[in-house]
Amino acid sequence: MVIFIVFPCLLVVLYSITTKDSNGLTTIHFTLESFKKFFDPLYMNILWDSIFLAALSTAICLFLGYPAAFIISKANISIRSTILFLCILPMWMNMLLRTYAWMTILGNNGIINNILSFFGLPRLNLLYTRGATIMGMVYNFLPFMILPIYTALSKMDTGILEAADDLGANKLIEFKKIILPLSMPGVISGIVMVFMPAVSTFIIPQLLGGNKSMMIGNLIEKLFILNGDWNFGSAISIIMMVIILISMAIMNKFDVDKEGGARLW
Amino acid sequence: MVKKHLSRIYMGIIFIFLYAPIIVLAVFSFNESKSRGNWTGFSFKWYLELFRDNDIRSAFYYTILIAITSAIISTILGTLAAIGINGMKGKKKSIALNINYLPVVNPDIVTGISLMILYISFGISFGFKTILISHIVFNTPYVILSVLPKLKQLDVNMTEAAMDLGATPTYALRKVIIPEIKPGIITGFLMAFTLSIDDFIISYFTKGEGVTNLSIVIYSMARRGVRPTINALSTILLIVVLLLMLLTNKRSNAIEKSKKSGKSNLVICQEKKINKIKRID
Amino acid sequence: MSNAIIELNNITKKFDGETVLDNITLSVMKNEFVTLLGPSGCGKTTTLRIIGGFETPDEGKIYFDGNLINEVPPFKRQLNTVFQKYALFPHMNVFENIAFGLRIKKMDEQLINSKVEKILELFNLKNFGKRRIDQLSGGQQQRIAIARALVNEPKVLLLDEPLGALDLKLRKEMQHELKAMQKQLGITFIYVTHDQEEALTMSDTIVVMNEGIIQQMGPPMDIYNEPKNAFVADFIGESNILDGIMHKDYLVEFLGKKFECLDYGFGKGEKVDVVIRPEDLELKPAGKSKLEGKVKSVIFKGVHYEMQIVVNGYEFLVQSTDMATVGTTVGLTLTPDDIHIMKKEVIL
Repeated sequence: MVIFIVFPCLLVVLYSITTKDSNGLTTIHFTLESFKKFFDPLYMNILWDSIFLAALSTAICLFLGYPAAFIISKANISIRSTILFLCILPMWMNMLLRTYAWMTILGNNGIINNILSFFGLPRLNLLYTRGATIMGMVYNFLPFMILPIYTALSKMDTGILEAADDLGANKLIEFKKIILPLSMPGVISGIVMVFMPAVSTFIIPQLLGGNKSMMIGNLIEKLFILNGDWNFGSAISIIMMVIILISMAIMNKFDVDKEGGARLW
Repeated sequence: MVKKHLSRIYMGIIFIFLYAPIIVLAVFSFNESKSRGNWTGFSFKWYLELFRDNDIRSAFYYTILIAITSAIISTILGTLAAIGINGMKGKKKSIALNINYLPVVNPDIVTGISLMILYISFGISFGFKTILISHIVFNTPYVILSVLPKLKQLDVNMTEAAMDLGATPTYALRKVIIPEIKPGIITGFLMAFTLSIDDFIISYFTKGEGVTNLSIVIYSMARRGVRPTINALSTILLIVVLLLMLLTNKRSNAIEKSKKSGKSNLVICQEKKINKIKRID
Repeated sequence: MSNAIIELNNITKKFDGETVLDNITLSVMKNEFVTLLGPSGCGKTTTLRIIGGFETPDEGKIYFDGNLINEVPPFKRQLNTVFQKYALFPHMNVFENIAFGLRIKKMDEQLINSKVEKILELFNLKNFGKRRIDQLSGGQQQRIAIARALVNEPKVLLLDEPLGALDLKLRKEMQHELKAMQKQLGITFIYVTHDQEEALTMSDTIVVMNEGIIQQMGPPMDIYNEPKNAFVADFIGESNILDGIMHKDYLVEFLGKKFECLDYGFGKGEKVDVVIRPEDLELKPAGKSKLEGKVKSVIFKGVHYEMQIVVNGYEFLVQSTDMATVGTTVGLTLTPDDIHIMKKEVIL
């Protein structure tokens, strides 16, 4: 048994050490040089850009997803599984295909532009923009936001709402003070499940964003495949891992706070 | 009721958003011309080209081969590992668990790059075996993720009862434990298979000459511009996925009547992912 | 050859540095019904598991029929266990569960069939063979668990609080059934429970344990009538325990009065624990007895009245078919036979 556990572990540990070694091993004196390189404004821009785009996409997903999850949780049980099924189905489709689909729609010869020109309106440059990247991310990750929120909402005891009703609360108060706080764990799950892949993706910005939006993911890929600059690439990977760990830690903190004592705002 | 209609309209919009692109792809896969805007006539031409395209055929072959092989191997490894981990106690156990979930928590790109570095550092030549190993590495934790809960549910005395009645540990494993955790094993296998088929990033970094998978082929084609053969491919995949999902849903509905949410296994795995992350931190 | 089928010599077991069993030595005789009795955490289950082979002792030796079995794994020991939560195999039906052990022995299929059918009949579960485990009630599951163990005809049967999950009536029925079965089959039973009434009902020998040490071992009558220390006295049956002083042999003083008793061998003026059973105290009208007190409470229990009577500051528990009224003063008498003296518990 032990062998089978240690073997994958070794691999995992090995490659995490290897990543670090790439930073330091070849030029032991300049271990932090790669990291320092990263703090150049050019790259910092990319970093902030990535975080910004990911955060924006996450926010949009949240904004669109919460009502959807809410509506589903209120639906009839018989319809519910069908609706959920329909929400999940896109997730099973290959991510590349889903992203590619947007290329079709947004491109110069794409649907939207063709419709526009049909009506005599000027063509829009939709593809290879930051907006396209955001659109792609929201499209790909929306179900990941809906599901955890739905789970949290569906687990809620409707008896609580009846109690609130009985004590004189109107629907708005009910939502603000009961439903929202209780669904927080789901919201947080959703945010994590969207933000993490969003910040590290490289397919979406590559295919939809072109050169206009370079994200960390693209940068890493470029460095490894095109430039062969492993040290720098590894450094950035580590930075990205750190970002993700930090955001997860922040999320956990919020989670504990809210689960421990539901703050009434 | 206004509310009900508003809800319906809202969900309708969401669904249009979710499905429009896919449906557009499907529709235009039957389009005569290459254009994505103009409909020039109904045709199966792109489907035919799809079947004739060698790249795609080879990619398809490899995708399925890798998926099945890595799924089988990960399932065996993962099940044994889960049994082993379940028998551990205390610190050793949490260390093992945390290491196990590392590939789950890490973004794909980091996993992919790390594996690539690993292979190059050890002078392993890229090819079928590297991509296969990579798939096994990232599949096994998910198998463990599915099997462990089932093991926890097992009555602690079950193995002891079997041994008390004269079974050697291996016999007990075969006849008592494995039949009990079978649902977990099957779920694990399906998850591994699905993840494998869908994978892009990790395969991208760890493949070698001559070996490719569907996602990578689509990527290269998409980068060069739009090709309607991709539309045809996506339509086919859509139908396959639909069938698979109906199948697994039927299965999980039959087995676990209590699950009214109708979640797919992939979703359950994603949710477990999050829970594990929370527990790690 | 000794008549002991199981012998534990100086068994010590530690878990995470805590000593769970401290130098346990005991022998179980053939065809005996032995009960390990004690509160939660006293070590009785651990002892049973060591006998079964699921735990290994840190120190000491176990003998089965004269053979050392310390290193022998459970599947090679000629005993079977009935687990507290039954541990039936959910994916097998009743027949397969019971046949499990027999199949491992590679018994002939026809023979397996007849043995399983026979034991199902014995337990009044004829035709239950095809049923699934989750279709059975608690009582039925429990009988299947016992059947599964007994069908292998072990020399010793270990039972770990098997009746805990059953309702009172069913539990009492099963107690009688188990005892009858044990006599009929001539198998040694080692039974673990925290229920002293259960132990008194079924056992030939009771081993009272606390904190990893055997407090007293003997037939139920002895344990009940002659408890060796305050713990046993308190654990078995209800007791009144008071401070007393042994003036000399056969004479003890407590609550300011001197009483004749049957115990001897204590030092002059030695401080002792005095144990009096509630049912041994007799109610008398006030003014005629050495002990006199006010009645604090009276509860009708069906079988008897249970009363709390305060004498010189000590609250006596009295069980009697006579009734007293709350607030009245009554007298209590007892015979020398009813007074049990034991050495003071050394409190560390």
